[in-house]
Amino acid sequence: MEDIVQTVVAKYNYWIYITLMMLGLYAMIAKNNLIKKIVGMNIFQTAIILFYVSIGVKKNATIPIMQEVHGHAVNVAAYHNPLPHVLMLTAIVVGVATLGVALAFAIRIYNQYKTLEEDEILAQIRTREEQMGKI
Amino acid sequence: MKIIGLFIVVLTGGFLIYAAADFPAWGDPNSPASLHVSPYYLETTVELTHVPNAVTSVVADYRGYDTMFETTVIFTAGVVCFFVLRALGRKGLREESQERLYRHVLTGVTVRVKAGGKIPESSDFQRIDVSWTPPDLIIKTICRLLVPFIQLFGLYVICFGHYSPGGGFQGGVILGASIIVYAISTDLRSAVQRFREKTDALLAATGVFIYAGTGALCLLLGFNFLDYHALAPILFVDRVMARSHGIFIVEVGVGIAVMSTMIWIYNVLASRGHYDEGL
Repeated sequence: MEDIVQTVVAKYNYWIYITLMMLGLYAMIAKNNLIKKIVGMNIFQTAIILFYVSIGVKKNATIPIMQEVHGHAVNVAAYHNPLPHVLMLTAIVVGVATLGVALAFAIRIYNQYKTLEEDEILAQIRTREEQMGKI
Repeated sequence: MKIIGLFIVVLTGGFLIYAAADFPAWGDPNSPASLHVSPYYLETTVELTHVPNAVTSVVADYRGYDTMFETTVIFTAGVVCFFVLRALGRKGLREESQERLYRHVLTGVTVRVKAGGKIPESSDFQRIDVSWTPPDLIIKTICRLLVPFIQLFGLYVICFGHYSPGGGFQGGVILGASIIVYAISTDLRSAVQRFREKTDALLAATGVFIYAGTGALCLLLGFNFLDYHALAPILFVDRVMARSHGIFIVEVGVGIAVMSTMIWIYNVLASRGHYDEGL
């Protein structure tokens, strides 16, 4: 029993990221409103960012900025892994940019159909196709 | 759809939880992610690039290609927003956008000007948004006072990225936020007057050009693309310091591109493509 508790506690970062990621995935699949889908996509992105940053952590280490030590070998275990930080640094800004594109398309869809509910948009497209078929 | 969605989510979550059992524990210094290239970056960053902040040196030097195309992605996102809403998407909006509201400042009377109508040439009339509220003095003043300090901090974050947490991406976002704060606290038109759309688009392209141009300059000087060693004879420094300066030039390019793209996206989205009335 204690073993299980220890594994659960030692890997809590994974449980947090899995929960967040599944929340985002569910919102993307099941929500009807397009803005809610976009919010779900952002939660998904944030979960992945948390995951990456959390695997860069080392215990008893500090941020990856070298202290002034000349001529000594660098103690790698004393600094966090810089690689996940680098990848996520760019991913955050790119995430904001893709959010902008998604919102731009949402505005276009709203202008066209005057609604952001997915089922209403699909119904409108279907009626239009039927009318086209009759002609 | 909800049941299928729930089923997929529970299944994927179950697999992920099952896989997490094999993952290294939190804070493990010997986890696979920290074993291969990351020690190399940490050990050589001061020696090869003279940049103590390993994140900055990896972003702009060791993984310079990656960052260059990330910058291009951001620029492309700005261009896509522009084309989707502003260049191609204005047909359906034309009718509602032709009515304008003006406010006579002295009397507080609001005048509605229909399509094609003109108001008398006078500085007493002030253009207002459809959803206009009288400007709040406290918010307006505080935001106007804060903008220069936000910008100063943004410049600091870009320039001091070598020695402290920071760099082009973070500083660029802070600089962009300063203009967006101004646009929110007053209105979009006065922000656009200070930072016009043409400047914005040109700056976004300039930022990407500075990055790619630095790489191409290294190529012209006979080294690999983005190998800042090559800049040593131009900058009159030794090769290690040339890398440090090369990283700085590139970070400035990233900062400019990110700043103007953030403002561009905000302006286009907030005004639904009109560049006229916003939040």
